[in-house]
Amino acid sequence: MNWSGWVLWGLVATIMLTTISSATQGLGLTRMNVPYMLGTMFTPNRDRARLYGFFAHLVFGWAFSLIYALIFEAMGTAGWWRGLIIGVLHALFVLTVLMSLLPGLHPRMASEQHGPEAHDMLEPPGFLALHYGARTPIAVTISHALFGVILGIFYQVK
Amino acid sequence: MAKIGDYALIGDCRSAALISSSGSLDWLCWPRFDSPAIFAALLDPDIGGHWFIGSNQSLRTERAYVQDSNVLETRFICHGGRATLTDLMPVYSEQFKKRNLVPDHHLIRELRCTDGQVEMRVEFHPRRYYGSAPVKVRAVGSLGLRVDVDRGTYWLRSSVPLVSHGDRATTSLALKQGDVAQFSLTYSEEAPAVLPLLDGSIRRAIDDSVNWWQRWIGRCSYDGPYQDAVRRSALALKLLTYAPSGAIVASPTTSLPEIIGDTLNWDYRYCWLRDASLTIRALLGCGYAEESKSFMTWLLHATSMTQPELRVLYTVFGEIAPRERELGNLNGYCGSRPVRIGNAAHDQFQLDIYGEVIGAAAEFAQHGNRFDRSMQKALTGFGKYVARNWNQPDAGIWEPRGTRVHHTHSRLMCWTTLDRLLALNEKGVIEEMPRDWFRRERDRIRVQIESRAWNEKLQSYVSVLDGDQMDATLLRLAWYGFECPDSTRMRNTYRRVSEQLGAGNSLFYRYKRQPPEGAFGLCGFWAVEHLALCEETLQQARDAFQQILTYRNDIGLYAEETDPREADALGNFPQAFTHVGLISAALTLVERERRKAHPAMHMSADVKFSSGEANA
Repeated sequence: MNWSGWVLWGLVATIMLTTISSATQGLGLTRMNVPYMLGTMFTPNRDRARLYGFFAHLVFGWAFSLIYALIFEAMGTAGWWRGLIIGVLHALFVLTVLMSLLPGLHPRMASEQHGPEAHDMLEPPGFLALHYGARTPIAVTISHALFGVILGIFYQVK
Repeated sequence: MAKIGDYALIGDCRSAALISSSGSLDWLCWPRFDSPAIFAALLDPDIGGHWFIGSNQSLRTERAYVQDSNVLETRFICHGGRATLTDLMPVYSEQFKKRNLVPDHHLIRELRCTDGQVEMRVEFHPRRYYGSAPVKVRAVGSLGLRVDVDRGTYWLRSSVPLVSHGDRATTSLALKQGDVAQFSLTYSEEAPAVLPLLDGSIRRAIDDSVNWWQRWIGRCSYDGPYQDAVRRSALALKLLTYAPSGAIVASPTTSLPEIIGDTLNWDYRYCWLRDASLTIRALLGCGYAEESKSFMTWLLHATSMTQPELRVLYTVFGEIAPRERELGNLNGYCGSRPVRIGNAAHDQFQLDIYGEVIGAAAEFAQHGNRFDRSMQKALTGFGKYVARNWNQPDAGIWEPRGTRVHHTHSRLMCWTTLDRLLALNEKGVIEEMPRDWFRRERDRIRVQIESRAWNEKLQSYVSVLDGDQMDATLLRLAWYGFECPDSTRMRNTYRRVSEQLGAGNSLFYRYKRQPPEGAFGLCGFWAVEHLALCEETLQQARDAFQQILTYRNDIGLYAEETDPREADALGNFPQAFTHVGLISAALTLVERERRKAHPAMHMSADVKFSSGEANA
């Protein structure tokens, strides 16, 4: 296991993932703001939530990159297209499984069954996170695919 | 066919159903307001699909919501006896839902013979996708009837046997005093679906729902006159809320006609930003801080993808409303074709909505709420957009499908945008903004309205710059603080609007049109508010308010419009805009009666008051 390679490129790939996520939001591809979504798990203060969420996303992304590294090690090689495939599968997992679980995990997120009580809560992501914009699945897939590609190119299997 | 005003609304703040006074459920869209209808007899009694529970022998029916709730009771008075049908979508607290399995979507109908003997008939006849195709109603033993439609499954369970006839299920019931028949319809897109028990648990769900609604309306802080009307409007508005996101739809229906037999039939199952400031005022005025906070949050976050530009309408999750399509299979309400789904107004250019959104923010801040930095940035961004674009022609508040023109009302709302933002900045609610630029543009708008929207020959403000036509939106000039309500200009304008657009009995048309459509419900309430701004016309405002109240249907609901001759409801039903107008007018009356200041006084940087205001 190339621990130093994982530490360095896992961090770089995660920063790139966060940057692309922010860019897709800024460009109007999606309304999904991942740091905000994660940060509101810890605080209702919106400004602080973005900050906490940024660090939480960094930690989660780093942790996820370890799985990529382990898969590369298991395959005995890395490479951009292997990273791309894992990244796309990662995106599919996020969109189909994680997003549907999120209302149950997140203390400040409404579910689609919420109501009629009114609370200031985050709206649920819905299937493929489509509630955050029709192009959200594209934005998520692109950012995770690039995450995988970076790890695939730069992570050296020992 | 039932009149539009013959319908009543039930719902659970995620979807809603319309039930006629004869007991026919003729409109239901699950899982959310803008989903395809499984019952659409409202738009075509022959092929739309319905769920009838009633009697062919009833002499008459009476109905009412159970006291202070959204649980509907329809009483059938027959030759041999009486029966009561209770209709509701059960509602539960979030705590209850954590402890108990409840269906994703649930509608209960309970029929109880209260006196003598009655013959009743049940016909369950759902149709797929707005009546476009039949469904297969399958009997699954003691579990009830099952209907699979696309991604979801409907289960109908009943305490009396129903006979399946392929695409429908029916039964005839002979009930004697004390007999009860219960029906439970659920919908789920996940398997296994939750199938509720009948008997005691249905009764409990009814009682719990009544209690929930009574507790909710018990929080209403409105303490002025016309309490029944205000509280019913608040309950109706709550039913039009989509709780998972905080959005509020304009109406739960599509294509109910503004003119019977005409083509003015639109899909209103979306959220119009135009309704924002009045909605926030209505919610906060009635003490519903949580609802207003949810709505404000939705407003600023749902629109984030298009900011600083705003679209006219969004779905409940802030998506751009779908492209408009016509449903050729449906004949429309009383032959009013086409039936449309989606709404083409979504890509119209309308400048008035910025003023409504900023007006909502100002109202929200007025009640002590504050905005985080990203919200402040978004609000300032709207101001910058308006400062750059206020001089453009637009489609205007009434969304005609045609050429853009320079609407006076759009200019007024651009003035309101910049004026309220400057006031918010002065109060420290929004910290950073280009003050000088905003002030300069606001003052330029004022000069333009005062010169080009004023017709010297008519001695009145007019609907478009350099024009000569009247529009009910001119009544808002004083409301937003642009003009003194008792200025000569406003007196003349009110007189002219009344002459040209008055429909009798304090009703107003929104503009002149041939053939004339119905009187626009909201415009009557605008006139009330305008009259209430001046002390000497306060009594006139009270009288007008009372007259408009007579146009509610028997359970207190308003459509978008009213036929002034027949007093029939027209347009989509019920209509949030009319009900928030009612609440806002009642609040204004109370505020003025208690000698409170002009509603815009604390929110405006440049408001003009009546001559008596300084002494108030």
